[in-house]
Amino acid sequence: MKILVAIKRVVDPGVRVRPFADGSGMDLAAAKMSINPFCEIAVEAAIRLKEQGFASEILVVSVGPAVVQEQLRAALALGADRAIHINTDEPLEPLSIAKLLRAVVIQEGPGLILLGKQSIDGDNNQTGQMLAALCNYPQGTFASKINPMGDEVHVTRELDGGLQTLALSLPAVITTDLRLNQPRFPTMPNIIKARQKPLRTLTPAELGIDMELRVITESLAIPRSRPAGVKVQSVTELLEKLRTEARVL
Amino acid sequence: MNNAKVLVVLEPAESGLGTANARVLGAVTALRQHLPLECDLVLCTNSPMQIDAAVAMPDVAQVMWPDSLPDVQAETLAPWLASLASSYGYVFIASNSFGKNLLPRLAALLDNQPITDVTAIDSPHRFQRPIYAGSAIASVYTEQTQKLLGIRTSAFNAVAPGRGTARKVVVPGPAGQCQSRLVSEETVALERPELTAARVVVAGGRGLLNRDNFNLLYRLADKLGAAVGASRAAVDAGFVANDMQVGQTGKVIAPELYIAVGISGAVQHLAGMSESRVVVAINKDPDAPIFDVADYGLVADLFDVLPELITQL
Ligand SMILES: Cc1cc2nc3c(=O)[nH]c(=O)nc-3n(C[C@H](O)[C@H](O)[C@H](O)COP(=O)(O)OP(=O)(O)OC[C@H]3O[C@@H](n4cnc5c(N)ncnc54)[C@H](O)[C@@H]3O)c2cc1C
Ligand SMILES: Nc1ncnc2c1ncn2[C@@H]1O[C@H](COP(=O)(O)O)[C@@H](O)[C@H]1O
Repeated sequence: MKILVAIKRVVDPGVRVRPFADGSGMDLAAAKMSINPFCEIAVEAAIRLKEQGFASEILVVSVGPAVVQEQLRAALALGADRAIHINTDEPLEPLSIAKLLRAVVIQEGPGLILLGKQSIDGDNNQTGQMLAALCNYPQGTFASKINPMGDEVHVTRELDGGLQTLALSLPAVITTDLRLNQPRFPTMPNIIKARQKPLRTLTPAELGIDMELRVITESLAIPRSRPAGVKVQSVTELLEKLRTEARVL
Repeated sequence: MNNAKVLVVLEPAESGLGTANARVLGAVTALRQHLPLECDLVLCTNSPMQIDAAVAMPDVAQVMWPDSLPDVQAETLAPWLASLASSYGYVFIASNSFGKNLLPRLAALLDNQPITDVTAIDSPHRFQRPIYAGSAIASVYTEQTQKLLGIRTSAFNAVAPGRGTARKVVVPGPAGQCQSRLVSEETVALERPELTAARVVVAGGRGLLNRDNFNLLYRLADKLGAAVGASRAAVDAGFVANDMQVGQTGKVIAPELYIAVGISGAVQHLAGMSESRVVVAINKDPDAPIFDVADYGLVADLFDVLPELITQL
């Protein structure tokens, strides 16, 4: 069985970013770029499913400009077998990404599709659910456990009120949460081997997908900052201030 | 399609309307500042308790619920809601684990790009939402005739029940899809106020060191009638359950008072609590970034401070 993993290139979560003063965009100059942490967890989950013998091939897909090939190579170095780059310089949104991924699903016929639950730049948390709808596949979102069970996959989901386990028939879409696994690091020999692994480039036009944006980001603002607070010296002083100054107790 | 009609999809609640749903109605009130609106509610349950609570809400034209419901999975609900939603200019749902799972699936069936985590409504077409873990607030614009919004509940006030005059309408329920089957659920029994609804929240981080030490926080919370939250590090280390995580990928809350104990204040954590009205930080490292957002900071060892707080309260 084939697993398809969708990965996104984002600013590394360790980098602090701010919008330009004129609100025209994010100032990302020279920021270190990485695989979205949730997508890295999805890649790791796929590798473990392959190691367990559940899957035979891992295909990674990324949508974006030529530079996303860096993240595809990184995923190949971690253990993916093959990559597809959908090349576009257009601005992206989850609906068009889901349509592109669906076109790849139709070509490739994976039994399982893994995505991150959320991209840490746009914080959308949409693409996996949209892809599942477009394919009419079951979905297991916010997964913290994935267990193949016969011809089903059991997915434990992290919800507001606790945990829920669903049995999904295959093919299915799963989006990964942070506690699913701890991604491995690539080894030097694997990084070298990854350079030889197949990476194919497609375009939205070849896949027949229209990339027109439905939601336009007009401007970005710096969030209102909290006024500087004070340091208190003792528990007594803290409680006094909470009672008389902040009036919250 | 009637652009001046909004459909609010209510998440099933244990009792009554549910806090998240009441806050989504607060977002409808915010949109009404710009546009006279007719508002209908649709329930994803036929529990009489929620029906009664929904009918009691003010300024609602119609409350709909399904005659029968095979399950509440997104696979089943999305096509059903897609057919119900077709005549509405707006569809609102809470951006929580229920709404985040469902809204994009519904949107894709309607060939629509939804806007999730909406924190402000600036005009009938223009909305605000935080991006990059709250490092920027995006102002987004859409001309789609149908606007599907996921509402960040911490950003809107709950609407209180009133003397509702809504029509009650039973609609045919969804057909079962049977693509996913519920195997088990581990719901956490709530001994304290719910995190997203609490007036006061005390939260612990890696500084608490282990699961047992969280008992100190529980005792403090009980003195304050507070909910207990946690950083990702505390959840990952197994000190507490996942549903207590506050932050970019956990819950987003805005209580009156947030007390962060042994939490460093990473941007991913701040994304979940920086809209709290008053923030207190207790940390032994004077340079911890949590102090940058704290109204009151106490540089001290939490193991000295917590017992003292508990006795003095
Ligand atoms: C994609 C992604 C998503 C994330 N999402 C979230 C999220 O939703 N929520 C979240 O919280 N994090 C999230 N994180 C993790 C985040 O980056 C931090 O790693 C995490 O918040 C740190 O938790 P902490 O403050 O408890 O631990 P630490 O950073 O280790 O801080 C512990 C603090 O305790 C203090 N301390 C230790 N002992 C004592 C003592 N005896 N007395 C007083 N103070 C003491 C220390 O000085 C320190 O400041 C995310 C990270 C990534 C990459
Ligand atoms: N440009 C992209 N290329 C490939 N996959 C993507 C892209 N954008 C989003 N995804 C996938 O969708 C997930 C959720 O993203 P989002 O809906 O933007 O929060 C990500 O973790 C990826 O798995």
